[in-house]
Amino acid sequence: MVMVALIAVLVLGGLLAWYAERWGDAGPRWIALAAVAFDLVLALWLWARAPAAIALTGKGPWLAAVALPWIPRFGISFRLGLDGLSLVMVLLASFLGLVSVAASWREIREQVGFFHFNLLWTLAGAIGVFLALDLFLFFFFWELMLVPMYFLIAIWGHENRHYASLKFFIFTQGSGLLMLVAILALVFLHREATGTFTFDYFALLHTDMAPSTAMWIMLGFFVAFAVKLPAVPFHVWLPDAHTEAPTAGSVILAGVLLKTGAYGLLRFVVPLFPDAALRFAPVAMALGAISILYGAVLAFAQTDLKRLVAYTSVSHLGFVLLGVFAWNAWALQGAVMQMIAHGISTGALFVLVGALQERMHTRDMQRMGGLWATVPRMGAIGIFFAVASLGLPGLGNFVGEFLVLLGSYRVQTTITVVAALGLITAVVYALVLVQKTFHGENRQGWRLADASAREMTTLCAMIAINVWLGLYPQPVLDAAAPAVNALQTIAAGPPQARLQ
Amino acid sequence: MSLARADLIALLPLIVAAASVVVVMLVAAFCRQPRAALLFTLLGLALAFATLPLAAEVAPRAVTPLVIIDRYALFYMGLVFAATFAVALLCYGYFGGAAGRHEALYVLLLAAALGAAVLVASSHFASFFLGLELLSVALFALIAYPTRARHPLEAGIKYLILAGLSSALLLFGMALIYAHLGTMQFAKIGASLAAGGYDADGYLLAGLALIVSGVGFKLALVPFHMWTPDVYEGAPAPVGALVATVSKGAVLALLLRYFIAANAYRSHSITLALSLIAIASILAGNLLALLQDNVKRILAYSSIAHLGYLLVAFLAVGALAAEAVAYYLVAYFVTMLGAFAVVALLSRPGAERDADTLDDYRGLFWCRPWLAAAFTIMLLSLAGIPLTMGFVGKIYVVAAGVGASLWLLVIVLVIGSAIGLFYYLRVIAAMCAPVPADTPRVAAQLVTSPGASLTLAALTVLLVWLGAYPAPLIHVIQTAVAHLT
Repeated sequence: MVMVALIAVLVLGGLLAWYAERWGDAGPRWIALAAVAFDLVLALWLWARAPAAIALTGKGPWLAAVALPWIPRFGISFRLGLDGLSLVMVLLASFLGLVSVAASWREIREQVGFFHFNLLWTLAGAIGVFLALDLFLFFFFWELMLVPMYFLIAIWGHENRHYASLKFFIFTQGSGLLMLVAILALVFLHREATGTFTFDYFALLHTDMAPSTAMWIMLGFFVAFAVKLPAVPFHVWLPDAHTEAPTAGSVILAGVLLKTGAYGLLRFVVPLFPDAALRFAPVAMALGAISILYGAVLAFAQTDLKRLVAYTSVSHLGFVLLGVFAWNAWALQGAVMQMIAHGISTGALFVLVGALQERMHTRDMQRMGGLWATVPRMGAIGIFFAVASLGLPGLGNFVGEFLVLLGSYRVQTTITVVAALGLITAVVYALVLVQKTFHGENRQGWRLADASAREMTTLCAMIAINVWLGLYPQPVLDAAAPAVNALQTIAAGPPQARLQ
Repeated sequence: MSLARADLIALLPLIVAAASVVVVMLVAAFCRQPRAALLFTLLGLALAFATLPLAAEVAPRAVTPLVIIDRYALFYMGLVFAATFAVALLCYGYFGGAAGRHEALYVLLLAAALGAAVLVASSHFASFFLGLELLSVALFALIAYPTRARHPLEAGIKYLILAGLSSALLLFGMALIYAHLGTMQFAKIGASLAAGGYDADGYLLAGLALIVSGVGFKLALVPFHMWTPDVYEGAPAPVGALVATVSKGAVLALLLRYFIAANAYRSHSITLALSLIAIASILAGNLLALLQDNVKRILAYSSIAHLGYLLVAFLAVGALAAEAVAYYLVAYFVTMLGAFAVVALLSRPGAERDADTLDDYRGLFWCRPWLAAAFTIMLLSLAGIPLTMGFVGKIYVVAAGVGASLWLLVIVLVIGSAIGLFYYLRVIAAMCAPVPADTPRVAAQLVTSPGASLTLAALTVLLVWLGAYPAPLIHVIQTAVAHLT
């Protein structure tokens, strides 16, 4: 029931926030903050009692599970489960939820209630995706988080918001429909083999199918997740959506929604189709390496500060793609670590860019420069996250990237060597970011208010987490390790996996 | 041939519907008050609906060779009566309530419902044609009901001519089949087909092809779709809802029964032709909708595309296919009725044209939030987004298609739905846009009729409830189609 609460609090909080709009703008903000904080506390509590729970129930790596019949005609049930991987993702989502509520405290002044409704429902959908263990339910949440995100971009976005929101929606929804066809094909194959309709994740594992069929169905899933991730060449929606979204939207997009794609690859693509994924791995890893370099080069070429940050996401998530398809313990743990670290560092950069834009009303880096003198606190934070983003040892992103490269080197040497060049290109764009905005001469004569207490609290919390992830990543790795190992056992063969 | 008591009970829904046509006609003739006519109409429809469980007890029962009352027929009758009930409520407010002189409208509405009910229960060419004509003739008059306005008249005449043509094609097709097989009963046609089925014989194939074309006009499938946008645009909004739902739903239900009973699925040429029609409808409907600036025309093209999706399920053949068609039709009924209800609620009684341009919807979210939210949910359901019936319907259709390995059709459906998002979101984006400052807000000043508002609220609740928890409806549909296949 804890997991139902995780989702229900956000759903009800969203409705309440919308309703509370009539009594002023403060109501929705506090309600949203409380709802997200509740989720974070709940997730932390689950984490704290995790070892005990595993010992008590003895059901393997599942910390909690729920199963209720929903549409019996198709064997669809409301089946949620939480393992270490899901837990880490839920923690990330609820923390970034807090960040985005804080970031929109002053930025959003119109339709405050409806804004927070959309924010909370997007988060509810994303958390649902991380928890769902029924493929129909998974698809349900997958689609559910799109609509509120569309509204976030289309209503509160910047100049070109309609184009960007439409592009985002059509890309993700279109690829989602491909996944739906793939899910149904898998379900019907399973029915042919066993005679029963079911969307249960565990029942569908190890469904017998011809290699070519498996490849096609796997591709259906892969395209949907690759669009969301995003991997080159499916990334074209991302720069527009990130750039035009309000700060909170960008934070949620980069920090949470992109992770649902990576999570899908980890949870569904490889375990459901281990053989097809193995054959496809070189292509996927090559796409990952291309994303790393291409994203970095494009980031370097941007003059729009927010677009630059957006393209770094393509580069960072390339490491995740690389790690997932390398499919060994190091690479997988690295991929999980990279997901968390990217969520924090890129989220923080978006908050920073949002704060700058709120003050300067521009994102054009050619009009910036020399901001250090007027906003030293923001400058220092900017440098910190730029350096985190380039993968400085001692910070979270380094751990992720290093583990991914270490793991994938054993699988695909050439591709990994190429991908490792990404560490150099990252330095280039990260330093360009700092140089063009904070260093140099303040030609426009900007005089801005430095970061407020609210912004400092948010950003310093993010700094603390990033440093902690970099210096002592073991708790996160410990939480995710059993889950990731279980995924590997599931993919390796039927006997043990069924028991879990 | 005499009617037994059970026969009468089985026919009760049709008898009640027919009787209420007469009663409302008398009320309209003597009392001349729209309120009285509306009340008797709603009463008649509710009574007809209430007799469905009685008839279900004796079902399935073939009453005369013309009509078969089975759970399938009763299910669709229920759908038709419920939809007509909603349309009647919408009409009252739309045509000016107690002040507007529109008593005769309800007679036509009931006649259309009776025609549709006969259609879904028919098992014979005679009752097929009878039901269809009863429905069509009522629709001509309904579409052109606001006689002083230009667009409705134009739409009425367009519909009259094309429906007449399609009826002629249909009759010719029936005649060819009858000439060859000597029977007009669906089951006997199916039984007396030679080994080769329809394809072995030119007459039979031509007959079936003509029937499909005739029905294609009614369903507005490409290439028989030309009339749809004009009629939807011209017809008064509630009548547009009737054309979109009751007329199409009843005809599709009948076509499904004919294809199963008369073994038409065995004809490869016809199934191939229907596949091409489905592909053309999905692509043309969605692509042409992109070019529209009129909400009613968008709905018209979207309904063409949705009938294409329905054909995908239709072509999947089997129990799952019949279920998918039934569920999708219910979802489509609720959604289309809701969408037209919004248009009707925004339109002023007696105005030259309805509130149907995109500009009429600009900023609706901020001045009429509930109405805009309801419309958004309807559009999202048309786009197949979760928590709406459209989502479950789409899953059903894709499941049927995948189950029958109709890969090409399923892929076209996916592409079509992706294109479809564009114009649904366009309407939603217009509603989210800031309220235009310079234009006078018609929408904000309107006083809406409580009946129509309640109808819209009920439809919205139904759409979300059955979208989130579809199990009860699926159960009903399963028992309804169990007998059919």
